[in-house]
Amino acid sequence: MSIFDYNGGGIVAMKGKNCIAIGADRRLGQQMKTVSTNFKKIFRMQDNILLGLGGLATDIETFSAEMEYKLNLYNLRENRKLKPTAFVSLVSSTLYEHRWGPYFVSPIVVGLQDGTPVISTYDSIGCTTDTENFAVAGTAGELLYGLCETYYREDIPAEELVEIIGQILLAGCDRDALAGWGGVVYLLTTDNLHIRELKTKQT
Amino acid sequence: MDTVFGFVGKDFALVATDCGVAYSIMRFSDTEDKIMAVDDNKLFAMGGEIGDRLNFGEYIQKNIHLYTFRTGIKLNVREAANYTRSELAYAIRNGPYQVNLLIGGFDEEGPSLYWLDYLGTLQKLTRGAHGYGAYFVSGLLDNWFKPDLTLDEGIELVKKCINEVQTRFLMSQKNFVVKIVTKDGIRVI
Repeated sequence: MSIFDYNGGGIVAMKGKNCIAIGADRRLGQQMKTVSTNFKKIFRMQDNILLGLGGLATDIETFSAEMEYKLNLYNLRENRKLKPTAFVSLVSSTLYEHRWGPYFVSPIVVGLQDGTPVISTYDSIGCTTDTENFAVAGTAGELLYGLCETYYREDIPAEELVEIIGQILLAGCDRDALAGWGGVVYLLTTDNLHIRELKTKQT
Repeated sequence: MDTVFGFVGKDFALVATDCGVAYSIMRFSDTEDKIMAVDDNKLFAMGGEIGDRLNFGEYIQKNIHLYTFRTGIKLNVREAANYTRSELAYAIRNGPYQVNLLIGGFDEEGPSLYWLDYLGTLQKLTRGAHGYGAYFVSGLLDNWFKPDLTLDEGIELVKKCINEVQTRFLMSQKNFVVKIVTKDGIRVI
């Protein structure tokens, strides 16, 4: 079994009209055994930046802490907020710093830069892909792709985007044994961050 | 393989471990206490490689005490758990400790239980278990657990879990140690 499949998880992110949504399941497992149904995989880095992480749970926690640390230092040194596009690059370079002893994570960065949605996804050593429409990560990744393709269109309004991401997450993670056990969707608009928890069959 | 399990009640946190120490095909001891008390309101129930368990347990305990001596501030359970996680997460890439822990404690936030594995995965839970025993005990904990368990109900649940492991687990685990933390401190059951 791959080290990325040890703890399990599914993350999906999608662009909308001046808004962006990212959703994740809540399962923490040890291969086939479920340990917790409340594991956090999406982290709020800044008002307009969210970081979703799939992969090995301990590295999810360590890496999100390291990014928060770097972001805080940036704020202190530069006395200004970090732009989402800059954060995208910061994640990439941090991952490559550990090129020969990488963090086993699959990050998705999601942000709003002056109202324009930004999504980026990476491999574990920092190869950035700036996607146009949506991104997936985790053991349930491949399963989420099909649903994303079906439901995506240009300029989805915010209320609909939350619903869509919720449906995609539920249906996709249902088919993956290592992901599921509830879900959480973060909707980022220019005004605020809206967090919605999803009930699944076994929450 | 060590069985470690625990859960949170109304005003207490309970952890239990087996007492067996194995070496190759031999059982060295069945009176080992694998639950370490840190300060007077935290219990570290540890399972795993015995050398790592003793070494890591003492290392964390002493460092937590050192923090109190240096700063005069006592760490609460959440802080102690996060500190332990950071040590494990650092060690996993430099010289891993093969120790899985359950940290049970009582502080101003009430009773709490933290599940940590040797990789440095931390999760706050109401009930949790490590080792092969976890496979036997998880179902019982899920079924009989409810929020606000009284101490008597808790002890009943522990007896059910211990019974199950002793009946069904391949390795004989004769003795168990059960300890609780309440607002009044640590007690052995």
